[in-house]
Amino acid sequence: MTLAVFLTLAIASVIFALLMVLTKNPVHSVIFLLLTFFAIAGQYVLLNAQFLAVVHIIVYAGAVMVLFLFVLMLLNLNTDAEPRQTARWKLAAAIASGMLLLTMVGALRGGAELPIPETSDPHVGLVKNLGRVLFTDFVVPFEVAGILFLAAMVGAVLLAKREIR
Amino acid sequence: MDILIALIPFLPLLGAALNGLVGARLPERVVGWLGSGTVLLSFLFSVYLFAHLHGGAEPIRTTLYTFLAVDSFHVDFAFLIDPLSVWMMLIVTGVGFPIHVYSIGYMHGDAGFWRFFAYLNLFIFSMLLLVMGDNLVMLFFGWEGVGLCSYLLIGFWYDNRAYGKAARKAFIMNRIGDLGLLLGLFLIFDIFDSFAYADIFSRLPVLRLDPAVLTIIGLLLFVGAIGKSAQIPLFTWLPDAMAGPTPVSALIHAATMVTAGIYLVARCHPIYSLAPTALEVVAFIGLLTSLVAGLIALCQNDIKKVLAYSTVSQLGLMFVALGMGAYAAAMFHVTTHAFFKALLFLGAGSVIHALGGEQDIRRMGGLRRALPVTYWTFLLATLAISGVPLLSGFFSKDEILANTFAGAGTGWWVLSALGGGLTALYMSRLLFVTFFGNFRGTEEQRAHLHESPRVMTIPLVVLAVLSVAGGLLNLPHLLHVPGAEWLAHFLSPSVGESRPAHLLSAQTEWLLMGAASLLALSAIAWAYWAYAVRQSVPKDEAALSRWERVLAGKFYFDEFYDWVIVRPVERLSQLLHYYADVWAIDGLVNGVGTAVQRIGVEFRRLQNGNIEYYLLGMVVGAVLLFLSLWL
Amino acid sequence: MLDVVKTVPIDYYLWLSCALFCIGVFGVLIRRNALVVLMCVELMLNAVNLLLAAFSTYLSDAQGQILVFFIMVVAAAEAAVGLGILVMIFRNTHTTDIYLLDKLRG
Repeated sequence: MTLAVFLTLAIASVIFALLMVLTKNPVHSVIFLLLTFFAIAGQYVLLNAQFLAVVHIIVYAGAVMVLFLFVLMLLNLNTDAEPRQTARWKLAAAIASGMLLLTMVGALRGGAELPIPETSDPHVGLVKNLGRVLFTDFVVPFEVAGILFLAAMVGAVLLAKREIR
Repeated sequence: MDILIALIPFLPLLGAALNGLVGARLPERVVGWLGSGTVLLSFLFSVYLFAHLHGGAEPIRTTLYTFLAVDSFHVDFAFLIDPLSVWMMLIVTGVGFPIHVYSIGYMHGDAGFWRFFAYLNLFIFSMLLLVMGDNLVMLFFGWEGVGLCSYLLIGFWYDNRAYGKAARKAFIMNRIGDLGLLLGLFLIFDIFDSFAYADIFSRLPVLRLDPAVLTIIGLLLFVGAIGKSAQIPLFTWLPDAMAGPTPVSALIHAATMVTAGIYLVARCHPIYSLAPTALEVVAFIGLLTSLVAGLIALCQNDIKKVLAYSTVSQLGLMFVALGMGAYAAAMFHVTTHAFFKALLFLGAGSVIHALGGEQDIRRMGGLRRALPVTYWTFLLATLAISGVPLLSGFFSKDEILANTFAGAGTGWWVLSALGGGLTALYMSRLLFVTFFGNFRGTEEQRAHLHESPRVMTIPLVVLAVLSVAGGLLNLPHLLHVPGAEWLAHFLSPSVGESRPAHLLSAQTEWLLMGAASLLALSAIAWAYWAYAVRQSVPKDEAALSRWERVLAGKFYFDEFYDWVIVRPVERLSQLLHYYADVWAIDGLVNGVGTAVQRIGVEFRRLQNGNIEYYLLGMVVGAVLLFLSLWL
Repeated sequence: MLDVVKTVPIDYYLWLSCALFCIGVFGVLIRRNALVVLMCVELMLNAVNLLLAAFSTYLSDAQGQILVFFIMVVAAAEAAVGLGILVMIFRNTHTTDIYLLDKLRG
């Protein structure tokens, strides 16, 4: 049952990702990427990381992808304006990424030999546990991430201004 | 006492510093008397030390500070006051002082007056360092110092290109000799593990060295002496050094600096005494130089050049004495030579001064009426250097000749005596041509003829007295007078009692003395007949016979060196310039640049600004990386 | 909850992430629209996130999920700044074709 759910979600995410890459309309790309993210969120739930799944939906689907869509609409890009690659370049890209997949899978084989325990702690992905770890062991990186966000915000505002004096 | 000893060299240094730094703003009078005064003080202190030592005191060794200390390498800035160094100090300061005073008059009005005195004082400092140092490193400092001062003073009128070249020639010739000296010093340190004279000479008998090693050391040191004391084959710089102002010639190129080589050999006599081969070489080079320089001097027409070759020839005689192991005799001749050669140069300077820069004796003549003081002092000096009996040169030269006879036999004696006879010939020729006969210069010069100011003539008189009486320092024991061989006895703690002539019988010595005197007197008589009675004037170059032309051409030493050394070196340099430098090195450097540029042009195509190409490259790189992980 | 640890081998997650990552790379290579390229970068980041979460669960270690949060932070910041730059570029050049943005060429 679990395996079936996993496989369904996995196949769905791969197909949506491929569609996102291959479709010509940027708006469609955004929609397919959104679907891929939902499939990944499903994986998170399957992995007993419910909080992560929720955050993932909020951040990616709710914020990032809306931002993308917004920019897309703002710039008014449609299929006609979409630049095209040559067929030869597409072939080269396909071969290169296929080789990359092959070598990565080959290099990462042997994952079964990892010392993975039989059972896992079901409380790992809970908010309570994550919060404790985040605000004890990772409090400094957390603060640094806050600063990073602030910098990104300032940068984005500065860039978006029409003219810089 | 230590302070007193230290003051002797450092007073002239102080004078040099003051004159060199602020002399340009001081009046001539102050500059001149500052320069001379410091030397006078040094002289007085030296006299005090001399009296101290003469009273029977032990040699003094005083260390100012440790100059260098690296592991076992240990050099002190130390002075050694023993009879030899005191004697040299007396000569340097004692002859140096009158020459300084004379320079006040001679250099009057020269734009570089202060510079001249700064250099002179610096020279005195270097020379004192050379003779006072208690180790070979100190000697080397002084050695280089006098070389530098010599360069500065020969090229004193540096706006004259020829003078600048003469200065460079002197410096380079000296450097060649210095290389030998330096190698000798290295070898000495390697063997004796010290530069101090005391260490070297005390370890000498203990080490039982191979005579061959000592011979090599002796010869290397002698190479240095050859350069500094202008012996064959490195003598050609000295005549050219006459480019400097005349007091410089008197001080450096006659009285003091050139005697550094003699001092070096005398100082290192314990080494030479154990290396007879080296001594033979010294004697041979000395004799050869003496004869060659004497012959060249016969056909020179420049008053200073004649004196320069005379100096070379006299130095040759001193080296003969050293080669015979008669170190005291050599030092005696150094002393008397300093007196009369300084006098001769100063007299020549006075003549040149009177004639407004004229140096060619063919355009002089009849000067004895116009320049009486100069004439009389010059006459005395000429007689002294010629070896006329009872003057200083007679005693010192006779001492050398007697030692030569005892040490090397009749053949050497004949040749050395011939060298002495040549001296008498060319010196009296110079005297008679310059001061006798009729004046041959221009009317303008005749109108200007005047005796030099008193500041110049007084040093002449002082030196003339010394030239006449200098022989009293070391009267031969034959005369059986009290104080005979006084100088030899005084110097014996430093240079030993070695005197081969003691083996000779009294009759032999009288005979030798008489023969040498006869030779000198007949040479003077012939010169008098030829140049004073017949009033013949040296011929122009075109009228010379073949042999005279060789002599006037100085045996073509300069041309020979030019042909054998200078030209090939220049040719080689040009070849190296074209092939090694321009072609190989520049080609390599430029080639690297060009290659990088070309490769850059090719590689620039990869950087087409398209991010996707870069990313593709990155992916390929990642693939390769994972492949390496996988395999 | 379904017991994923016992039924799904960790290798499956590895392969899934690799596949998603390579699809992202493929997308970056073949798309010329800067906006889509940015989206593909997001996909690649998510592939990594998925693997981190999987290992976190399989090894019962919360640190993996914490790292996912940080990656999300960086990704969000990157998206914000990247889109800002993109808007700026579009304003100046009226295109989002990265082929035309080759001013870095030496």
